[in-house]
Amino acid sequence: MNTVLQPLDVTAIRRDFPLLSRVFHGRPVVYLDSAVSGQMPLQVIERMAKYEREEHTNVHRGVSTLSQEATDFYEAAREKVRRFIGAGSPREIVWTRGTTEAINLVAQTFGRMSVRKGDEILLSAMEHHANIVPWQMLAEEKGATLKVIPMTDEGELILDSLDELLTDRTKLLGVVHVSNVLGTVNPVKEIIAKAHARGVPVLVDGAQAVPHLTVDVRNLDADFYVFSGHKLSGPTGIGVLYGKLAHLEAMPPWHGGGSMIRSVTWEKTTYVAAPGKFEAGTPPIAAAIGLGAAIDYLATLGLDRIAAHEHDLLVYATERLNRIPGLRILGTAKEKASVISFVVEGIHPHDLGSLLDGEGVVVRAGHHCAQPVMARFCVPATTRASFAYFNTREEVDVLVSAVEKAIELFK
Amino acid sequence: MTDPRELYQQVILEHNKKPRNFGKLEPCTHHAEGHNPLCGDQLELTLIVEDGLVREVLFQGSGCAIDVASASLMTGAVKGRPVAEAEAMAEQFRGMVRGELEPGAQTPLLGKLTLFSGVKNLPSRVKCAVLPWATLHAALKGEAEASTE
Repeated sequence: MNTVLQPLDVTAIRRDFPLLSRVFHGRPVVYLDSAVSGQMPLQVIERMAKYEREEHTNVHRGVSTLSQEATDFYEAAREKVRRFIGAGSPREIVWTRGTTEAINLVAQTFGRMSVRKGDEILLSAMEHHANIVPWQMLAEEKGATLKVIPMTDEGELILDSLDELLTDRTKLLGVVHVSNVLGTVNPVKEIIAKAHARGVPVLVDGAQAVPHLTVDVRNLDADFYVFSGHKLSGPTGIGVLYGKLAHLEAMPPWHGGGSMIRSVTWEKTTYVAAPGKFEAGTPPIAAAIGLGAAIDYLATLGLDRIAAHEHDLLVYATERLNRIPGLRILGTAKEKASVISFVVEGIHPHDLGSLLDGEGVVVRAGHHCAQPVMARFCVPATTRASFAYFNTREEVDVLVSAVEKAIELFK
Repeated sequence: MTDPRELYQQVILEHNKKPRNFGKLEPCTHHAEGHNPLCGDQLELTLIVEDGLVREVLFQGSGCAIDVASASLMTGAVKGRPVAEAEAMAEQFRGMVRGELEPGAQTPLLGKLTLFSGVKNLPSRVKCAVLPWATLHAALKGEAEASTE
């Protein structure tokens, strides 16, 4: 049975974001940069402030009521993350500083353990630098090589190439779930199945996926799934590494220090079980609790309603931008999240970014930490608009007319 | 906060569209490449310096309008000048766009290059305006590369 989704009450939602009433250069801000960082609703900001005001202490330490309370909130946030991505156990949820740190953790533990001289690490052509550089560093250290799954001009991965690219030497496949530049939603379930058929574990970079899609790591059968809090209406400084428990148990610890130990003597240290052994030192407690509050907030809006709203904005913006002469959208995959990168003939993306800024429109102009993607499409940079659940069609109109004004100026 | 639109004056737009002194001198006496790693702007500068004078200077590369117009106007401004004067101009230009000049300081060498003074209010674009001058400085010093990192 199909039920009709109640649309989001965007007017009410926007009241949760004081930043959206700011004015730049005499124009109300139009925030189309959620792929850079999502805005936090008041509910998240206030939850973190409450922790700092009334509940602040360290976690997993001491017997005080205060310490126990903080630990409970902190671990409850972990449980919220577990449920949010469909993991089997909270022990599979490791807190990190963000997506980048999570990938480095896997590269430096799982990667170091399994990659040897002559081995191969397979990545997709649309990876963010965060899912390239840690593997390149590992490959250099081990004498391994990076191989790349190519993509079409539309920005879709060429899956047929996997049959050849997955070899007996492939030790890991890393793929982005949603491209931060092209918006492509990759068929990660299919990719994982193909990799697993060759015995290759898969790490999925979900940084741009979790704000837009319902993710179920067990259904995907991902070995590792990583994302950041701040793209998900949460704070910066917190991120998540999901790993299958069997992997996490087999992996050595990464950073050493307090919290991650069972016992320490001058001769020998033993470690606590996962996830604790990967969480040395005092964690960003308020940020973890804030991420939990962000997940609650998104749940009250409804992930399916968010997806429907964002899809409407994507379709509307694509159609309007496509009508501008000289404008070309990069990334025209059939399955896309609400991210649109484009270039305009005769205007460098940085100039366009500055001119849009003059109209109050906040977008990203640059290489988006994905220089190989820029090289693939032979552009130095792009302008990127990304849409969230609090954006409106009227804001798309402001973007379109600001682009038209810039074109007029550069004529 | 300055309106970014104010920076895009006709002279800058016009030099972006039709850059002067665009190309490469072969042979040349001085050469350097400039990179702006943040945004990928790149610029190649070739010069012929004789008897302490900048006889010829050409640039090529790709970048934003601020970068291209700055290179176009710079090459026109330093051509025929003594090397020491070109260096002094580079110094004054950097000071101007970084907002580091003393209040009321004179920049007699810059002439119409003061068009770029508005850049100082747009910190994210300062590097674009400075790149050609940083590359010129590197070339005159005999360094192969300049970066605004």
